[in-house]
Amino acid sequence: MDGIVGALASEARATPPASRRQPYPFTAIVGQEEMTRALILAAVDPGIGGVLILGDRGTGKSTAVRALAALLPEMSVVAGCRFGCDPAAPAQMCESCRELRHRPVAKVPVPVVDLPLGATEDRVAGALDIERALVDGAKVFQPGLLARANRGFLYIDEVNLLEDHLVDLLLDVAASGENLVEREGISLRHPARFVLVGSGNPEEGELRPQLLDRFGLAVEVRTPTDLATRVEVVRRRDSYDRAPAAFCESWRAAEARLRRRILRARSRLGEIATPDATLEAAARLCMTLGTDGLRGELTLIRAARALAAFEGRDSVTADALRLVAGAALGHRLRRNPLDEAGSRARVDRAVAESLGP
Amino acid sequence: MAAALLAVDPGGLCGVVLQAPHGVARDAWLARLRGLLRFGAPWRRLPPDAPDDRLIGGIDLAATLATGRLRLERGALAESNGGVVVIPMAERLTQAAAARYAAVLDTAEVTLERDGAAARWPASLAVVALDESTADDERIPAGLADRLALRLPLSPGCLVGPGPDAARVANARGVLGDVRASDEVLRTLCEASLAFGIGSPRAPALALRTARAAAALADRRDVAEADVVLAARLVLAPRATCLPATPEEAPPPAEEQGNADGGPPKDGSDLSEIVVSAMRAALPPGLLAALASALRGRAAASDGRSGAPVKDGGRGRVLGSRPGPPRGGRVALIATLRAAAPWQTIRRRAKGDRARPVLIRAEDIRLRRHEARRGTTTLFAVDASGSSALHRLAEAKGAIELLLGECYARRDRVGLLAFRGTEASTVLPPTQAPARARRCLAALPGGGATPLASAIDLARIAADGERRQGRQPLLVLVTDARPNVARDGRTGRDAGEADALAAAALLRAAGVATLMVDTAPRPHAYGRVLAGALGARYVALPQADAAALSTVVAAARSG
Repeated sequence: MDGIVGALASEARATPPASRRQPYPFTAIVGQEEMTRALILAAVDPGIGGVLILGDRGTGKSTAVRALAALLPEMSVVAGCRFGCDPAAPAQMCESCRELRHRPVAKVPVPVVDLPLGATEDRVAGALDIERALVDGAKVFQPGLLARANRGFLYIDEVNLLEDHLVDLLLDVAASGENLVEREGISLRHPARFVLVGSGNPEEGELRPQLLDRFGLAVEVRTPTDLATRVEVVRRRDSYDRAPAAFCESWRAAEARLRRRILRARSRLGEIATPDATLEAAARLCMTLGTDGLRGELTLIRAARALAAFEGRDSVTADALRLVAGAALGHRLRRNPLDEAGSRARVDRAVAESLGP
Repeated sequence: MAAALLAVDPGGLCGVVLQAPHGVARDAWLARLRGLLRFGAPWRRLPPDAPDDRLIGGIDLAATLATGRLRLERGALAESNGGVVVIPMAERLTQAAAARYAAVLDTAEVTLERDGAAARWPASLAVVALDESTADDERIPAGLADRLALRLPLSPGCLVGPGPDAARVANARGVLGDVRASDEVLRTLCEASLAFGIGSPRAPALALRTARAAAALADRRDVAEADVVLAARLVLAPRATCLPATPEEAPPPAEEQGNADGGPPKDGSDLSEIVVSAMRAALPPGLLAALASALRGRAAASDGRSGAPVKDGGRGRVLGSRPGPPRGGRVALIATLRAAAPWQTIRRRAKGDRARPVLIRAEDIRLRRHEARRGTTTLFAVDASGSSALHRLAEAKGAIELLLGECYARRDRVGLLAFRGTEASTVLPPTQAPARARRCLAALPGGGATPLASAIDLARIAADGERRQGRQPLLVLVTDARPNVARDGRTGRDAGEADALAAAALLRAAGVATLMVDTAPRPHAYGRVLAGALGARYVALPQADAAALSTVVAAARSG
């Protein structure tokens, strides 16, 4: 087993994508504050537990997630580790890193791994390297997408179209933070902590309720309906399409500013106080809504704390709760067939009731 | 013209939905498009049910085993880089397949993560989706259609007129990058798309690209009014979901008229008006019908004619394979062998087993995945109250009998509920035997009050039960809509009507497709209100004889 891992330890992490055109800048996204906020919060505190973006076609769901990749600051990893282990957190390291006495450190961009439709299980979880198996009959583990996404983001577009057995696998790994591979008599586990980001269009297929609940935040995006916003959307998209490099250049300063804010928020996250009054308000809110279990409450508090850190506050206020309540709780309500207004309106009503207008 | 536009900027416009049956006109159009493309550009035809390994690519198993090295096979999408993919019968594309095309159109590359291999190939291409649908319930998946700029209805008889030649298109391709569009153009396109109720922001963006291609084709460096009008006609008009309120009915002042006739308009609002009127002219006469079918189509996503597809049902069309324990289903032999093939060397070495030709382990086992169509259950809720019996119970029975015959032909299950007196009862639980339903119906007595709310509640429970068993419920409610018994058994028109509406809202929320047949001799306004609350299709029997009713039900079923 050690030999297997060691045989490939020299091989660098999955090769970064070949030179692609720069993604659309995150800060250049027009409107859609709720979606961008949710993504930023997930970047500030990965423990929030994933973001689900549901919405109409062409509202920039995929654009936003891919843009996030370019925005995030680089992270330090153990050089040469295929799983991108954090040199500062030995407890979460893969087995080969744990055995190293001296761990050289390298800087890499935060991975945002795109799970393409039609991906097969062996590529997601990782399997034996087929080529090595054929050529010299060697058992060499080839990490999959989960390994590549460790400490980063795993993005699934059209999550409602994903095969059920893959969804189960992903949820399992996302919950445990560890991926276990058994194949050809080797068994190997490696860390796979990632923020699951899913997007989908509910008109094209319903999402299973178990899956809904597994995402920390869920936001709905809608098509902007006022003219000025729409003109701006089309204008920016068009100038990006025509000259991507120049367009990204003009947003570079804004991107850098946001990146610094996220970094600051991350470092301050531990210092944010959560007053009892806020905890109580959150509990009251969840009780009013009748959400199942405590996951909703925990996510609500975590998201509000991340928001407070991002906004440079010292403690979590009711305002922060109000801003994240829709995303943290909206998808955890029991469906009431009589309520035509949908879960969103119910959350807003409950927020007004328990937190005051 | 559309062909030329697409040939100018295939990657930018992403493609075209060609609404045309198989025929000369379509072939001529396709031949023209092919002639106008860059020389040597790939041209692939892909069936709508092309499997992933054909579409995206995968391991070339034969070459891999022969050479002993990993050989990848590029899928058709990657092979079409810089060219065109033609999908015949595109209305048969599944959502999943359409999403694969959409991903490629968005990122201009194919990402492969299959069979232990990962690769990324550039794939900037245009999709020509041939929409050959005849019925209302067949449409190209919206996620794909939304990304294709042009929509072109091509009637079978129409001839392809003269258009720009290849040299002009090639020239246009060269100047495309220099074409500028003013802010006014942008505003106009966005305004027009809002006015026609087009939600997707992709539409104006695609229209802008189309206008630019049109300008390049005319060898202009600035997008002119004609380009905008053309783009609105080709891109926006077919996506319209509502007609804008006509600005003013009164004829415009003479000076404006003159302005429109001669010379280009001066300000933006004029251009918008010209675009709007051009779109109005381009809107097909059957727009409203098309709209209705689109709306019904949205519902059809869950209430299809032949029931929604069920995956892993163990029966039906084979969808592909997935790994799994062999006791879970039927083993897909070829897929299993394929999965085991690359590992033979290792296994042989590990075991020293040279006697057996193939070594297969549990993890190789692939199971077949199936997709079966759910059946439909038609529930009849018949008002046998005194008022109804007096009016038309006999006629309603005749109509239902016709429907039963049809259910028999379609192998649908039928159930019969009747309501009279104080509450509704199940006369016949859902069964496969319409003949029994007919006997029960004939023996149905009439008379008593009208407990409509209780009937609707019972229908909802029955529909829920059917759905839990994996069938699609369809409710036919036959009543004169004069409820006079509340849920708790109290009599009284007001309470009865209010309760019936409340019950109707619940049924609607449960998403049961409903048809309401009003048997009152002079249909009451309440009947329509109730149908609205049910989200039901409404038909009044006085105008409908039994045969007409049957047609309506058939339509309701397909929608």
